[in-house]
Amino acid sequence: MEALIKVIDLNKDFGDLHVLKGINEEIHKGEVVTIIGPSGSGKSTFLRCLNMLEKPTSGSIIFEGDDLMDKKVNLDKHRQKMGMVFQHFNVFPHLTVLENITITPRLEKKISKEVADKKAMELLAKVGLADRADEYPRKLSGGQKQRLAIVRAMAMEPDVMLFDEPTSALDPEMVKDVLEVIRSLADDGMTCVIVTHEMGFAKQISDRVIFMDDGIICESGAPEAIFNNPQHPRLKEFLSKVL
Amino acid sequence: MGLGLALTGPSMWSVFIENFGLFFDCLIGTLKLAGISVGFGTVVGAIVCLARMSKNKVIYGLFTAYVEILRGTPILAQLYIFAFVIPMVTDIPFFANEYNCVVLALIINSSAYVSEVFRSGIQSVDKGQTEAAKSLGMSDFNMMTRIVLPQAVKTILPSLANEFIMMIKETSLASTFFITELMYARTYLMSTKFLTWQPIFIVAIIYFVITFTLSKLVNVLEKRLAVSD
Repeated sequence: MEALIKVIDLNKDFGDLHVLKGINEEIHKGEVVTIIGPSGSGKSTFLRCLNMLEKPTSGSIIFEGDDLMDKKVNLDKHRQKMGMVFQHFNVFPHLTVLENITITPRLEKKISKEVADKKAMELLAKVGLADRADEYPRKLSGGQKQRLAIVRAMAMEPDVMLFDEPTSALDPEMVKDVLEVIRSLADDGMTCVIVTHEMGFAKQISDRVIFMDDGIICESGAPEAIFNNPQHPRLKEFLSKVL
Repeated sequence: MGLGLALTGPSMWSVFIENFGLFFDCLIGTLKLAGISVGFGTVVGAIVCLARMSKNKVIYGLFTAYVEILRGTPILAQLYIFAFVIPMVTDIPFFANEYNCVVLALIINSSAYVSEVFRSGIQSVDKGQTEAAKSLGMSDFNMMTRIVLPQAVKTILPSLANEFIMMIKETSLASTFFITELMYARTYLMSTKFLTWQPIFIVAIIYFVITFTLSKLVNVLEKRLAVSD
């Protein structure tokens, strides 16, 4: 099967710090991949390289046939096909819940207000926020903001969703709601790449788990294999600490 | 005593009432100068700020030098250069008029400060906001005009108002060039009516009343804008 995202020899330096050390990886359509690993292992940087929020130092990221490292590529167009959800939600505080969702489809895809609003309301209903459409995000809880952020990304009808520690900034009682939303996306066949510290969630939802440490992918495989029968000594050590 | 002897002549109040028209006209002159300087300074400052965000190193370097030089030299020196030196080296009619030269100098000076106001306003917007906009595939232009600037306004507006308040005081230097503004009222009354001390106190009080009132208004504005957080 053709890979949706193909990463070839990806390297990223921050000054003298070699954060990603030659990563090769393929994400396939419909696949749910979680990335686990200790802090500073480079997993967030890897995810942020996929949509070029971090500019890789070298390597290739082939997305739907185009190398995003190519300067001639229209990055905005490709990013519209890669939704991203951040640890700190990053909802737009000066726009209402509804406007948060509709602003980009209306500006960049020239979708009419009526159509965009209708679509946004459908999405909001799915995550239980329909009654908050005209409020400003400051009135939402962390969990609600994160659900809004997910819906905002979904409104662009992406081919893949990238989640960067989507529950790390949430109060414990909010985590479940957000994970449920991600799970329902995955169940609907959305391709997902999820950086997470929620091991239970990773185990349940993933088709494949990637363990990263020190800028490389140490081990990758089905969740049962990763969690029940780890091979790499560093993965064994990591799991002994977190499980 | 020395103080009592020095402060002789008509009272401040009577000088103020007798010359009210002059003080009023001069105050209008001051507000006009400050308004024009900051108004056009805002437009030029926005362009300077944009230029400093350029990835082109030459453009960035040139406009950074522009800002640093204007902020690092006394405004009086800039006024002298514009009012005396420029008319000497050019015969463009616009510069033959000293008022124009002074106004231009104030605009240029103001633009340097305003560009910094814009820059810090833009920097005050959380980096996550631009990352979210980019990740959605928003163009740089839409990201700036729809996401960053509307949020930066909260920081920019009060600072811009403060720049106007600063400029009200700075324009007093234009009196050196006999331009009708508040400080000129003092020069005028001293040389024509030999009033030694009253005018400067009156002028200082007017400056204070105006700037103090405006500062309080800015505080109110700041509070209003902060509410939307």
